[in-house]
Amino acid sequence: MRRDIPGRAPAGSLLLVLSCAAITATAGCRRGRTPEPDAVLTPTDAPAVPPPVSDRRPRRDVVQLEVQEKVMSLANGVQYTFWTFGGHVPGKFIRIAEGDTVEVHLKNHPGNKLPHNIDLHAVTGPGGGAASSFVAPGQESQFTFKALNPGLYVYHCATPPVGMHVANGMYGMILVEPKGGLPPVDREYYLMQGDFYTVGAHGAPGLQSFDEEKAVAEKPTYVVFNGAEGALTDEHALTARVGETVRLFVGNGGPNLTSSFHVIGEIFDRVYSGGGTTIQENVQTTSIPPGGAAIVEFKVEVPGTYALVDHALFRAFNKGALGQLKVLGPDAPGIYSGPQEPRPLTEVIRRWFGAPNAPATPVAPAPPPSAIASAGEPTRFPHGQETYRMICAACHQSGGQGVPHVFPPLAGSDFLKADKARAVAIVLNGLTGPVTVNGETYRSQMPPQRQLSDQQVADVLSYVRTAFGNHLDPIGAAEVAAARAVAGPVVVAGTP
Amino acid sequence: MKLALLAIALLATPAGARAGAGGAGPVLVGGGDYRAVTGGPNEPVRHVDPFLLDALPVTNEAFLTFARENPSWRRDQVPRLLADPGYLAAWADAQTPGAGAPPRAPVVGVSWFAARAYCAAQGGRLPTEAEWEIAAAATPTARDGRRDAHWRQTILDWYARPNPAVLRDVGLGPRNFWGAADLHGLVWEWVADFAASIVTEKDGRFCGAGASNAPDPLDYPAFLRAALRSSLEARTTTPNLGFRCAYPAGGSR
Repeated sequence: MRRDIPGRAPAGSLLLVLSCAAITATAGCRRGRTPEPDAVLTPTDAPAVPPPVSDRRPRRDVVQLEVQEKVMSLANGVQYTFWTFGGHVPGKFIRIAEGDTVEVHLKNHPGNKLPHNIDLHAVTGPGGGAASSFVAPGQESQFTFKALNPGLYVYHCATPPVGMHVANGMYGMILVEPKGGLPPVDREYYLMQGDFYTVGAHGAPGLQSFDEEKAVAEKPTYVVFNGAEGALTDEHALTARVGETVRLFVGNGGPNLTSSFHVIGEIFDRVYSGGGTTIQENVQTTSIPPGGAAIVEFKVEVPGTYALVDHALFRAFNKGALGQLKVLGPDAPGIYSGPQEPRPLTEVIRRWFGAPNAPATPVAPAPPPSAIASAGEPTRFPHGQETYRMICAACHQSGGQGVPHVFPPLAGSDFLKADKARAVAIVLNGLTGPVTVNGETYRSQMPPQRQLSDQQVADVLSYVRTAFGNHLDPIGAAEVAAARAVAGPVVVAGTP
Repeated sequence: MKLALLAIALLATPAGARAGAGGAGPVLVGGGDYRAVTGGPNEPVRHVDPFLLDALPVTNEAFLTFARENPSWRRDQVPRLLADPGYLAAWADAQTPGAGAPPRAPVVGVSWFAARAYCAAQGGRLPTEAEWEIAAAATPTARDGRRDAHWRQTILDWYARPNPAVLRDVGLGPRNFWGAADLHGLVWEWVADFAASIVTEKDGRFCGAGASNAPDPLDYPAFLRAALRSSLEARTTTPNLGFRCAYPAGGSR
């Protein structure tokens, strides 16, 4: 039986005594003397989760939250003034036990413009604490509640206009563990979806303002996990090892969109629907409304990278609702084989082209991903790398290996090597196949990328030509500017 | 009828002839009817007579003069009951605004008591919420731009910018229809009846229902101002809360 929370703040009770003394002077302790707390909680920033409360008796907790209005990155090159509980989106994760009595202190940083408050869905009482915690910049408020119901609950700011406060990132979660605690698992993570409304279009750089019209129309420019595009991808991806059971505390701050939360390639073994006590087993996608939550658990059996998405897929593909879980460990071919002996449809290809010299023998298999430089590697062209990650990697893959039979490789591509000017023209104007790359014919269409600046095109091509084991010379913006004058889609039917 | 005539008269007045237009002194603001954005179903429409309003927020140098003449409002002498510890906190010391508070920048960190005392010393008073809102509803070209989505977004953009370490000088914002400037985009401003817009949990308008009875639920800046006002106590100071004074129309300062 664990009696206190590991990692509790040192001298926690002293802190409380001091703050209450200070508040008495400002009539904050108006409801009488506050009993001595048993613990000062240490809530965590996403995706971290405080340790389990385990099997302990209810006690008296203190939690301190500070509202900070601060400029942070919403996407690559895009800044936004977020309103936060604790300096990050989502706000700090609070973990308590059923029956605990919690004293909530809400500080409003003096540098903030606005008043704020907190409505915790775990609170039984008017407004969930909203009016009791309402606080001007530079002030501190306090109220106390008893956690009667176990579950995973969203908290958020409820100061008018509420939607705007929430749309600016003012939400987080509090977990009230049931008596005896949740069953132990190997990994626990915290993530929240949220929709954002910027005056500029998706990707428009610089400090972006909140767009009231888009918010009221419920047309977000961004839908993201944990407050920013890329907050849970690449080096920020969640991790686990084969054989482990992962528990995700998933919330939706909204303010508008319901999340169809899905992990591509996994099945949720258990979902605590709505964050409550009913467990649903074997779930593919779980619906999480704004102001709602779910606990999902699954054992990871097969290594690889799993995408966390809102299965309303344009949000994942175009607005940022994409995270990653990287599972490391031995292959499990009995559960999932991976690709088995790719076979070109030789006869079909012959008929398609009517060409007797189409490849009749299997092409050399694509190099295994581990042999290819990853898109996260150091490069002389970091801007190009970023553009590649955002635009190109969806088809050509992060290692430039392409997808056999569908999207041609850029890694070691003879087609890329053969003609530099053609590469520039293809990025600008798109390409309508068929093309033959490294002996294999591809018939996909590549859309034009004219929205990129000359410098961006030069950067991304320079990146591609020097990454993935390629050793070609980089390209300058002037070359791109010259090529841009040439209009129309390039029709390249041929070989290197 | 009387009001309509007055409005016509004001509209017919050339801009340059409006009191103080373009200067720092008070400008004449035509009256009108006002209903609080947070008002309930029985919220009365408040009628506002024409009044004079400072064209610009009160500056550090003006407040310094006031504090010199009225030492009980100096930072080191003000009673804690009348101003919390953030009072004039940006000033270098009790008699020197210093680099953090340039002379022509708006004075902030003043309590409602202090703002009221300042205005009284000028022969004026704090504007009421209704007066302030009517003055602030004007765009550079129209007396009521509250339904102008572009203007509203211009105001909202202020919230997308973090508070600067040092506030800019007053008077650099565009003059509105009445000739007043910086009602938006620089600092919050005290009003006399700031507690009138109080939103509490008791009336059910605190949270999601906040807009159910609002005259214009899309007027987000008005909600933000109402929320800010209702978070204040009379002794509260914040680093972005200043004020300007009002005077009776036709009266003398």
